[in-house]
Amino acid sequence: MSRVLVYKRFERFWHWFQALLIFSLLITGFEIHGSYSLLRFGDATQLHTIAAWSLIVLWLFAIFWHITTGEWRQYVPTSKGLFAVIHYYLIGTFTGAEHPYRKTTKAKHNPLQRLAYLFFKLVISPIIWASGLLYLFYNDWPAMLAGALNLETVALVHTAAAFAMLVFIIAHVYMTTMGHTLTSHIKPMVTGYEDLDEPASKS
Amino acid sequence: MAKLISIRHPRQLGMSMLVAVLMLAATFPAQAAVEHAPPTADHSKFRSLEGPFETASDVTEACVKCHTEAAGQIKATTHWTWLYKHAETGQALGKNQVINSFCGMAITNEPRCTSCHAGYGWNDMRQPPPEADSAVDCLVCHDTTGDYWKFPTLAGDPTYIPREWPKGSGKIVQPPDLPNIAQNVGASGRANCGSCHFYGGGGDGIKHGDLDSSLVTPDRSLDVHMSPEGGNFTCSDCHTTWGHSVSGSRYQVNAKDTLGIDVPGHTDLSRASCESCHGGAPHHKKKLNDHIDKLACQTCHVPAFARGGVPTKMWWDWSTAGKLDAEGKPVTEYDEHGHLSYLSEKGDFRYGENVVPYYAWFNGTVEYTMIDEVLDVENPPLEINRIEGGPDDPDSRIWPFKLMRGKQPFDTERKTLLATHVFGADDSSLWSNYDWPKALQAASDMSGMPFSGNFDFIETRMYWPITHMVPPADQALHCGSCHAGESRLAGIGGIYIPGHSSNPWLDRIGWLVVALTLAGVIIHGLLRVVFRKRKQS
Repeated sequence: MSRVLVYKRFERFWHWFQALLIFSLLITGFEIHGSYSLLRFGDATQLHTIAAWSLIVLWLFAIFWHITTGEWRQYVPTSKGLFAVIHYYLIGTFTGAEHPYRKTTKAKHNPLQRLAYLFFKLVISPIIWASGLLYLFYNDWPAMLAGALNLETVALVHTAAAFAMLVFIIAHVYMTTMGHTLTSHIKPMVTGYEDLDEPASKS
Repeated sequence: MAKLISIRHPRQLGMSMLVAVLMLAATFPAQAAVEHAPPTADHSKFRSLEGPFETASDVTEACVKCHTEAAGQIKATTHWTWLYKHAETGQALGKNQVINSFCGMAITNEPRCTSCHAGYGWNDMRQPPPEADSAVDCLVCHDTTGDYWKFPTLAGDPTYIPREWPKGSGKIVQPPDLPNIAQNVGASGRANCGSCHFYGGGGDGIKHGDLDSSLVTPDRSLDVHMSPEGGNFTCSDCHTTWGHSVSGSRYQVNAKDTLGIDVPGHTDLSRASCESCHGGAPHHKKKLNDHIDKLACQTCHVPAFARGGVPTKMWWDWSTAGKLDAEGKPVTEYDEHGHLSYLSEKGDFRYGENVVPYYAWFNGTVEYTMIDEVLDVENPPLEINRIEGGPDDPDSRIWPFKLMRGKQPFDTERKTLLATHVFGADDSSLWSNYDWPKALQAASDMSGMPFSGNFDFIETRMYWPITHMVPPADQALHCGSCHAGESRLAGIGGIYIPGHSSNPWLDRIGWLVVALTLAGVIIHGLLRVVFRKRKQS
């Protein structure tokens, strides 16, 4: 066991800022949708738009970071060990079995995490991103688009993706409590360091 | 300035707001009142206007000696002919033709109704208005003294002897000082147009809801354009004229002015639309401009009508007219707000102040139910006028209306609306004898519209577009007035309104999945606790 840097500074900044923005977007978004009245519609819309633009900028930085650092490989899906992990969460966690996955800095996400995060990055986020921009620039649609699409469809897709985001977050936040202790998964996301079965990284 | 503080990107928001506040504080002037050019003639210097004048017609004769074309111009306008040929529907409209849900038709109630004709002596509407140039009324539009008043029962003339008005009130109206009025003529002001248009339907504010005497000198908060503390506009600053013909029609509204700001030589030179001055993108915030393809300016900027302290009639049930008290005298009743609620002459009323408009898609075209049209009497309420337009019509926008409701007589055999003879010093008018069959028969005889003798009352509706009483921008509707569950635009079809519209199935499934996920993690977590305890023990 050695203490290694698992989550680098930018990665942690990106994660927590993204979390803050997504919570803001969910709260204001469901108000805009009409689910409740917390702020006023006008204020909710303005905050939602500011948070959305911030998130887009953050994503652009994150994409650049993933590409330049090669960290994108962390999300390449694999079926190897996937069912063992699923089995662990469904049964092993209750019977006291050890987690079947050995985390390393080169492969810090287990196969189930990889799938979940990949789905988040390649399905939920792009749908939210595209539908949100269409929603925001609804009046500037070119005629071709305006003939094929309407605001209601865009709004429904955007809302459906928001529901998916909410479901992801509930599951994600719960799963973070499933380490050796309640906070043992969360701490490294804050400090960056975790005790792993590998030689300490040079950084 | 508009460019400088427009917010194109939210990251600029904070800076933009700071700049905007600084600039507003530093440079934003109070709205300047519109200035009108000084006249080129002082009418008090004309010897021909020194009088004496026996009648107002004599003044007109003096006017047209210099203004040689004016009478002819007036006689070509709807203010004179009371006829309007609708270009879209082909209907022959105008006060001469239409029936409304107030006093019915003008044609059976002259000289009361023709007291608002822009002329003198139209006592019989079966004939066209009198032809002489001297029959044109110059003073009603050009008096600046405020002393000229067309007496309500004299077919357009002021009174030439002291007369009591209203009847039985004990108040005496004196004849006007015609030479003084003639020597002080000038450009039309709000009170000139208002002397008829504020009093339609038989009294102040009764008919339109957004036009009443409170607009003669309105507060800025009532009408930012017409207020002396605001723009101090006269009616004709927007309702521009061309040879005495006034722009802006309620029969054919310009519901979506795509010409934008009116530039001489390029556009129609009518300023009777908001866009004529404010253009097609009037807001600093882009998102607000995104609304103008679907919403009329008035929808947000006239949050309520009848706001000046003058109530407007919202319900008029003619069927209850004619009830008399134990002594056979007509009855007058008031509601808890002090508004008239019953008159034996007119039936039951409901008045409203600060009324939230009715909203509907509107492309500007209004079609009328004409007096000879066969009605669908099985499916009331009957629409006295129909507003055209819909969500898929690119010329339509959502407009505010006063929705006038009530009950009025119709012929149960012929299934047509009936003209009513309510006013007249004869014994057949409703207001002289409270006898409906007699009044309806008299109206039939006067108008030539057939009447079977059998009648009943049918509920009717009438739509009046709302466009005046625009307060300053900070009193416009807030987003949440429409973008909410309880939306002002509830029931408006064909448009997705964020915050109001939703797909109930998406919401049900969405929240179900969220709830299942929450339940799943809670059960999973509880099981973990249970199994850990079991292992420890």
